[in-house]
Amino acid sequence: MNLTLLMYLIPSLFMFGCGVYGFITRKNMIAIMISLELMLNSVDINFVVFNRYLFPGQLDGMFFTLFAIAIAAAETALALAIVINIFRATKNVDIQQILKLKF
Amino acid sequence: MESVGNIILYFVIAIAIIVFSVLTVTTRQILRSATYLLFVLFATAILYFQMDYQFLGAVQIAVYAGGIVVLFVFAILLTHKPGADAEPLSTHRRWLGLSAAVLGIAVCGYAVFSHAAFCGRQLATVADLDMATIGHFLLSTDKWGYLLPFEAVSILLLACIIGGVVIARKR
Amino acid sequence: MPLSYTIAVIAIPLFMFLFLGLAGVKMSRKLTGVLGVLGMAVTTVIAYGVALTYFFGTGQGQIADGVRQAVTVFNPDWLSFTDTLVVRMGILLDPIAAMMLIVVCTVSFMVHLYSLGYMSDHDGNPEEGFQRYYAFLALFTFSMLGLVVATNLFQIFVFFEMVGVSSYLLIGFYYSSPAANHASKKAFIVTRLADLFFLLGIMILSYYTGTFDFNQLVFGSNGANDMAVAQSAIASAGGATFLGCSVTAWALTFIFIGGAGKSAMYPLHIWLPDAMEGPTPVSALIHAATMVVAGVFLVARLFPLYVIEQGAMEIICVVGAFTAFYAAAIACVQSDIKRALAFSTISQIAFMMTSLAVSSADGALIEIHGGTGLGYMASMFHLFTHAMFKALLFLCAGAIIHAVHSNENDKMHGLHKFMPITSIAFLIGCLAIAGIPPFAGFWSKDEILVAAYHKGFFWGLWMSMVAGMTAFYMFRIYFLIFFWKKHEVHTHHAPKDQPWTMTLPLIILAAVSVVAGFVPAHDLVTWNGHHLHTQLDWTVAGSSVAIALVGILLAYKLYFKENDLPERMKNAASGLWTAAYHRFYMDELYQFITHKVIFQGICVPIAWFDRHIIDGFFNMLANATGSASFAIRRLQSGSVQSYVYIYLVGALALAAVTMVCVLI
Repeated sequence: MNLTLLMYLIPSLFMFGCGVYGFITRKNMIAIMISLELMLNSVDINFVVFNRYLFPGQLDGMFFTLFAIAIAAAETALALAIVINIFRATKNVDIQQILKLKF
Repeated sequence: MESVGNIILYFVIAIAIIVFSVLTVTTRQILRSATYLLFVLFATAILYFQMDYQFLGAVQIAVYAGGIVVLFVFAILLTHKPGADAEPLSTHRRWLGLSAAVLGIAVCGYAVFSHAAFCGRQLATVADLDMATIGHFLLSTDKWGYLLPFEAVSILLLACIIGGVVIARKR
Repeated sequence: MPLSYTIAVIAIPLFMFLFLGLAGVKMSRKLTGVLGVLGMAVTTVIAYGVALTYFFGTGQGQIADGVRQAVTVFNPDWLSFTDTLVVRMGILLDPIAAMMLIVVCTVSFMVHLYSLGYMSDHDGNPEEGFQRYYAFLALFTFSMLGLVVATNLFQIFVFFEMVGVSSYLLIGFYYSSPAANHASKKAFIVTRLADLFFLLGIMILSYYTGTFDFNQLVFGSNGANDMAVAQSAIASAGGATFLGCSVTAWALTFIFIGGAGKSAMYPLHIWLPDAMEGPTPVSALIHAATMVVAGVFLVARLFPLYVIEQGAMEIICVVGAFTAFYAAAIACVQSDIKRALAFSTISQIAFMMTSLAVSSADGALIEIHGGTGLGYMASMFHLFTHAMFKALLFLCAGAIIHAVHSNENDKMHGLHKFMPITSIAFLIGCLAIAGIPPFAGFWSKDEILVAAYHKGFFWGLWMSMVAGMTAFYMFRIYFLIFFWKKHEVHTHHAPKDQPWTMTLPLIILAAVSVVAGFVPAHDLVTWNGHHLHTQLDWTVAGSSVAIALVGILLAYKLYFKENDLPERMKNAASGLWTAAYHRFYMDELYQFITHKVIFQGICVPIAWFDRHIIDGFFNMLANATGSASFAIRRLQSGSVQSYVYIYLVGALALAAVTMVCVLI
């Protein structure tokens, strides 16, 4: 039995589906960001396995993963800061209750 | 032909990823959700190790598991009473999310399986990727050099630092 | 440059307008009045200096070879659009401009002085708006002076509009009174309509002749009106015609319509009687002596052109003669003294117009056919004398109104005992306008009649008849005001002669009215600058005096003592009387045409079209946009999760489509 490219794509695909499901269904903003992390992570996996299987001599996918991790880290830090600020102001992290900036 | 260890490891990783992903988005306790995310990230890191990208796996553990998840936990502890359940989902929302997820998996799965030949490649052996090579590529302006994205990410991080200061500052 | 100080005559009133208008409210009312009078006094002195220097001075270059020349003092470019299309603003002095300087300044000064008393209550306290009043008077004086010294048609037009504006402002001076508001609007709209034609005329004329300047239109190389120059100006139209008439005839007719609007010729006269809602001194200045003769002045200014375009001249002649009779007939029955005087003014201005129109005698170039331009001289002469005695009459009327607080002559009666000075001044004015020698009106009216008889016996007879009516209605007013029956005191203090500020102008103007006829107009204001030999035509003079005397006697019979004869006459011809009293229903006709025909027939459908079709179209666009945005507003829910869902579905759909395409 061989470990083919396809076999790595399947868990990544499920991870992405779970991210989508979480993003759409959860009301808690932190939970939404956790779902976001799942989606990012699934994309990272895809980058890596494609790179490794299709272009083994190059490092493009790996570097993109590297940058994605850096950006995700920055983004998460900022987003959590914003969430905490919103929580301070409204005592709430339910995305459906934060309507002040809607219109 | 892969070694049996590798195959077993693969299944462990794949099952862990799928199971913990599902748990992450279905559990009603947010702190557990963060914990399951941590497991998913660890599994991913192991996957990177299996791909011979040791550096990337280390970064994954250090930044994601060590940094981001800790941030999540802090944020959760700051904004939630421990042990409180989230309110149950409405059926409408659940179906909405489920439909989107299934639809996505179906379309992408179809795309993947319809290229089964292409996706059936074997893992090629490559030389060990040492830090010197990575550093060289990262800071080079040659054909495969990544200096420009590197600088862009630097500026992005700087902007994030400033943004973080602005957001956190007391008014 | 000779006579360059003429600029001061224009500049001082402008300065007074700005100064009184801007700083007036900070000063006491009395001070503004005194300043206004002083400013006008200085202007008058300078204007007299200019005019006398022009007429009698030597070595200034205004007389050459026995011809009075037009002197262009300044003529700088004002708006230069292209090399040929240049509008200039300047000062031009010729006999009629110099004469108008005297007329305007004299009457204006008298009115300024008189207003000190008139615009105050019986204790001598100036009423509200005194500063505004004097500022507007100065504005009017400035505009009128700018008009008479204009060097080109465009400048005349600009100042034409400015006198229109100041007239509007002064008629509506008592802006709280609805009647004054309506009157000012009416005056403005009617004269604006006429000015539209004026502007058209200017455009046509200047398009074909290529110039606005009088120097190139009418003045010859010897500096006086020159037929040859006018001929070549007309010829530059190249014989272009429109509807069978030459374009220049059209242009000149249109210009005359502009002048007719200002000069209240039939049928554009309807604004002038209503304009009497303004303060009486204003009526004296603007609506009797100066602004209303602007039309006459305009025709006189372009006289050589009109002489060549006899068609236009005939129109003026007919309109003038008819208006003279029409207005005189109405004046015979009016009970409001200011309105009666207003119709008298219309009639007299029509005299001037007719006089201008008959002066070219046989319908061709005046020199060739033995015409002498007598009518031109007579018209300008009458303009001068009429300004003096009509201003006098109006100021007298103002004094009476100020004393009895009413315009209606049944509130007056028998005022001779109470106001002797006013009575005598009014009598002098009446004698002057009736044409009794040696008062001013006799001399000028006599010349007009001679010119009219020269054109044809019919015209002479017609004008003589109107002259007789003039004598009748003026003395009717006079007797009704000062005699008829004993005065009943209606107010708590008996009427008396007014303070010196009001009486002095009456005395001065009365004196002028006595002697103005001896001004050698035939020497000073002739159409070509040459001395004009005139002599009294005894038949004409004798008959006109006789007719005037008959008119006076008739008025004496009917109105000197209270009797029932006028009432019986009124009942005998009640239809005619009522029609005349209602001005032959001209206002009603206008009302009908504007409201029933134009508003109902044209404006209402257009308004409907605008409101329902044009507005409707844009409303439909707006409504469609509005409902469309309302419909798609729900998409903009602000919920990130919905956005992600929609985005995802879209992306997946695209992916699916791509794959299907690849498969096929």
